[in-house]
Amino acid sequence: MDRHKSFWRRCLAHRSFVAGGALSLFLVLTALVSLVWTPYDPTKQNLRARFVPPSWDHLLGTDQFGRDIFSIIMAGAQNSITVGVVSVSIGMAFGVAFGLWASAKRGWTEEVIMRGADFMYAFPAILLAIMLVATLGQGAVNAIVAIGIFSIPVFARLTRGAANAIWAREFILAARAAGKGRLRITLEHVLPNIVSVIVVQATIQFALAILAEAALSFLGLGAQPPTPSWGRMLDETRSMIFINPWLAVYPGVAIALSVLGLNLLGDGLRDVIDPRLARKR
Amino acid sequence: MALLSVENLTVTLNTVHGPARAVRNLSFALEKGETLGIVGESGCGKSMTALAIMGLLPENGWAEGAIRLGDENLLDYSEDRMCGVRGNRIGMVFQEPMTSLNPLHTVGRQIAEAMILHRGMNQTDARAEVVRLLGTVGIPHPEKRVASYPHQLSGGQRQRVMIAMALSCGPELLIADEPTTALDVTIQKQILDLIRSLIDDLGMAMILISHNLGVIYENVKDVIVMYGGTRVESGPTHAVFADLSHPYSQGLFAAVPQIDDTKAARRRLRTIPGTVPDLAALPAGCTFQDRCTYVSDACRPTPPPLVDVTPGHTVACLHVDAARKDWSAR
Repeated sequence: MDRHKSFWRRCLAHRSFVAGGALSLFLVLTALVSLVWTPYDPTKQNLRARFVPPSWDHLLGTDQFGRDIFSIIMAGAQNSITVGVVSVSIGMAFGVAFGLWASAKRGWTEEVIMRGADFMYAFPAILLAIMLVATLGQGAVNAIVAIGIFSIPVFARLTRGAANAIWAREFILAARAAGKGRLRITLEHVLPNIVSVIVVQATIQFALAILAEAALSFLGLGAQPPTPSWGRMLDETRSMIFINPWLAVYPGVAIALSVLGLNLLGDGLRDVIDPRLARKR
Repeated sequence: MALLSVENLTVTLNTVHGPARAVRNLSFALEKGETLGIVGESGCGKSMTALAIMGLLPENGWAEGAIRLGDENLLDYSEDRMCGVRGNRIGMVFQEPMTSLNPLHTVGRQIAEAMILHRGMNQTDARAEVVRLLGTVGIPHPEKRVASYPHQLSGGQRQRVMIAMALSCGPELLIADEPTTALDVTIQKQILDLIRSLIDDLGMAMILISHNLGVIYENVKDVIVMYGGTRVESGPTHAVFADLSHPYSQGLFAAVPQIDDTKAARRRLRTIPGTVPDLAALPAGCTFQDRCTYVSDACRPTPPPLVDVTPGHTVACLHVDAARKDWSAR
């Protein structure tokens, strides 16, 4: 790989980056379009048009309440993106801060923070989210917060590991010899050098957040009716899986494609940002 | 009063093999504007001495004794107060110019940071000062180079940048830890000449650390030879080199390859047998005992005292008379 190629040319030459980027872009565009236009009102029921098979009027057919499935899927993208953005922001803000703090202080501070992260990490993520939602009460906001909280240790561990590697570099010693304090060094020298790994993790964590939200909604702990949510669609169609299996396939495919796209994008970004980590393709 | 006086400095590092004493009972003083060399092989405690003065010992290390800058003991300083000393009153140049600069920031920004931090300069003034400094350290087109990233500069230029950084706040003391070891020989001389002329111009004191006897001989007024964390010989550079008295100093000197002596060119390179002692399991008595040809039973129970062979030239060896006689007769 020619390292003098510009960043974007390297991106475009990377297959999984392109595929993942296209899928993720499609997800974002769908959500944006659904804000201003959907074929039908995704919440409008029409009991005379229940279980309509796919046709030009209803591209993916209608559900048990006669709502247009294509419209619900489009509007559901908004929910997924909101969940991803907000929960990843929560996880990243706190996780990166804790990780940098642990790495800058070392000693007891690091031990306490990292053992705390290990403790949270030891719980299965979804169980932790269920526990938090059970404590905080069910609802979309609490689900998002719960998902955000369970991604804090992921970011904290990643950040601390990457930051420790930077702290061991010689230019940090040189910066300390110039009289810079730990906070300045963290912000000016450590953080800029680990941004790339954090961005890659954020992409992957975004996918996990979408999956987790779908799971919580499936369990009835996430987005509440009538907010369109892919996870709740799966839940609602569960009882009809033998009557009309297609109803469950649509949200399932939407979730799978979003998660796949974001994961491919994350992998691609990692390869492009840090060619040393790139797998032989 | 001495600018810097180090009294009974002991540096201990916690290792998996137990506490290792990297520096033991080291004392020296440095007057304003004077130069001191510390010479010794890898692991003799040269760099640990420098890091102890800067308060930058690794997490597992600590220093005892006293390091007085003026009349204050730096070992009593909090981390915050040390930040006000580092880069401001004591500047330091490191061995590896290739990795001592942050690859993500321009060199101009990295030099300016210390001045903004310690002298409260604004961005514009700091930048003008950086351009001036880059000119002082001999970087061509400083007004362009100020916006360069480290990877756009050669090793020698990067070391010049490091020197500019160390000098930016006009420190009273410069510590140069193997400043030319990573550079090729022609650049080495340029950098050392630069450092020496800046020291003279600015009236700074300097501690130059090197394993290279030639570098020490040409650049400092006084010298300390260290071995296994202790001082084995010290004194005015010319007096010490004219009359090497400690068996270790002699061995170090004999191990320097000679290329101008045709007879010597054909012999094997002389070495000191054995290796540096394990700092976690130091022998009682003289540190050099296991590698010394003059060793006797008297060397083993207690460390040899420092004795003056000539005024100011001190040696820590019980057999100094025999060693000196053999050396001058060689």
